[in-house]
Amino acid sequence: MTLVSGWGRFPVVDTDLRRPRSFAAVGEAVAGLAGAVARGNGRAYGDAAIGAARTVAMTGFDRVRSFDPATGRIRLEAGLLLSDLIDTFGPRGFLPFVVPGTRFVSIGGAIAADVHGKNHHCEGGFGRYVDSILLRTGQGEVIEASREQNSDAFFATVGGMGLTGVILEATMRLRPVETGWIRERVISASDLDAAMRALDAGDSATYSVAWIDCASRGRDLGRSLIYLGEHARADELAGGAGAFPAGRNPGLAVPVDLPSMTLNRYSIRAFNELYYRMGARRAGGNHVVSLYPYFFPLDSIADWNRIYGRRGFLQHQCVIPEQGARDVLGDILDRVARRGDASFLAVLKKLGQGDGILSFPLPGYTLALDFPMKGDVLNFLDEIDRLVVAAGGRLYLAKDARQSRATFEAGYPALSRFNAIRKSLDPAGNIRSKLSQRLIDEV
Amino acid sequence: MTSRKTVLVLGGSSDIGRATARAFAKAGYDVALAGRDVAVLEPDAADLRARYNVEVGIHKFDVLDTASFDGFVDALPALPDVVISIVGLLGTQESAQEDLAHATTIMRSNYEGPSLILGLFAEKFLARGNGTIVGVSSVAGDRGRASNYVYGSAKAGFSAFLSGLRARASRGGLHVVTVKPGFVRTRMTEGMKLIGPLTVEAPVVGDAILQAVEKKTDVVYVSGKWRLVMLIIKTLPEAIFKKLKF
Repeated sequence: MTLVSGWGRFPVVDTDLRRPRSFAAVGEAVAGLAGAVARGNGRAYGDAAIGAARTVAMTGFDRVRSFDPATGRIRLEAGLLLSDLIDTFGPRGFLPFVVPGTRFVSIGGAIAADVHGKNHHCEGGFGRYVDSILLRTGQGEVIEASREQNSDAFFATVGGMGLTGVILEATMRLRPVETGWIRERVISASDLDAAMRALDAGDSATYSVAWIDCASRGRDLGRSLIYLGEHARADELAGGAGAFPAGRNPGLAVPVDLPSMTLNRYSIRAFNELYYRMGARRAGGNHVVSLYPYFFPLDSIADWNRIYGRRGFLQHQCVIPEQGARDVLGDILDRVARRGDASFLAVLKKLGQGDGILSFPLPGYTLALDFPMKGDVLNFLDEIDRLVVAAGGRLYLAKDARQSRATFEAGYPALSRFNAIRKSLDPAGNIRSKLSQRLIDEV
Repeated sequence: MTSRKTVLVLGGSSDIGRATARAFAKAGYDVALAGRDVAVLEPDAADLRARYNVEVGIHKFDVLDTASFDGFVDALPALPDVVISIVGLLGTQESAQEDLAHATTIMRSNYEGPSLILGLFAEKFLARGNGTIVGVSSVAGDRGRASNYVYGSAKAGFSAFLSGLRARASRGGLHVVTVKPGFVRTRMTEGMKLIGPLTVEAPVVGDAILQAVEKKTDVVYVSGKWRLVMLIIKTLPEAIFKKLKF
């Protein structure tokens, strides 16, 4: 048995961790009513990638099966990391259409969570660029699922948190790019209204996201820096810059668990003040920046999750439908600011429609907040959840470790359809995760 | 025909073999993968072609079948520029103490086979006037320890072979690299208790081998910490060392 946790390091669970090296061995690991789920690179924050009894590590499957440079179509094993894909095919002029805030996720994990990026408002999520999935279902069949063939299985697997079976391989499309650089424009917004207006105005930008200062209150409530981005063309690069920036491994690392008091209301407020002022100074003009800091600002600090200390942290990411979002977001931010321990990692962005049956995105605004795992944070987040549910919103399963069944069921009205498809693929219930036990499975 | 360099990886389906092949293909080498089971090499060959747009060949090679070595070398479409042996067998020390067949397999897989095949290539490279030979040995060969001396003694023999070959051949255009990886998280070490700060992932070894070939390094400890650890282990007086059961 092995102690395993998600990126938030809560909860920590003793699990039977297997590392199969062949698809046949994957089948053996999943069969037999153990209650197993596949795990990619462990970047889901909570309990999504921990099996009810057994966890099947897939990172050994990291091969590219085929690539067609004429079309950008690529067939991959599911354990391959997005970082590997970017480092390998970026220099050849191809990038994934959708990347989340870290590049250290597996392809299988990105499909299972139907991850979104800074372009979701106009280009959709990761699943939109997946053409087909090789799935080992809970009842032991290996099927190819696409929009045309086994389409129920396809749309249940995109965003299905690994609960339809084990994703073995996928065919997806890559985006042809001239360079690995992003033309970035920073806009400073002095409060929440300004931030939301700036995001609305950024609807036509390929990439848009806001860093939001959740320590400021009163008339500064919701002040933000909005980052808009476009892929830079070759003729927009400064002389001497290569078409593709060097992919760096994390330069800094958090070597030990920091004492949980490192982040307190004073250090967070000081950090946010500094960050906002530095960003505001860059506001207005266009800058060309490497894709790595633009898309993955935190990847440059290895093991940044240790900054929250040994007890770990919770990420709360909700989406609020556009209608009436302003008041709900203002209410949440005000409560968070008064509480004082939300971190400097608050992000606000717009989402479009999700593709999978259980995909998180819906048209509206998503707000992501980190909280150290201590004190009464669970009760506090339950209060926030009530606001989210009342507004017709929902929480992101890939970030979740603690929402209630009631919150989940209210947010995902297509759950019964998902359950019916899952049942047909896995009548005996071989595929179960800690997350499905908490939120979905019959008890 | 390309004018690219070619690397031959013996033991190409191992985790270190796959990582090494990727490092060389990324640097623009064409690759020949050799292993006992050519079917398992096929997906890795496809992976290298798709990623790096290089030529990849597959060849059957069994390190215990020394009689086949001459034929293996002759059957290659071209003499490679670099040959890397990653072949090895950890085995089980306890079994090797009682089971002569198991001990023999460990010794032959880690010393006899790798030394003989690399020796064959060395003669060809010397005749041609250039070439690089890389042997993946082990820190376990630096001093025989209670917990793995059958494996360690075979690796010691392999390290000595490489060292002697290097001394003989350095003026003939042949470069010989000895690699001592230390703990690597691979299938071979799965389930073993590895010491975190002394353990690396397979791609780190692949990159280190590529660097050693390009910079003409002689002996590589993949993690520099191992050089210090093994220096201490090597210099302990035997009277003290024999009481240590690690």
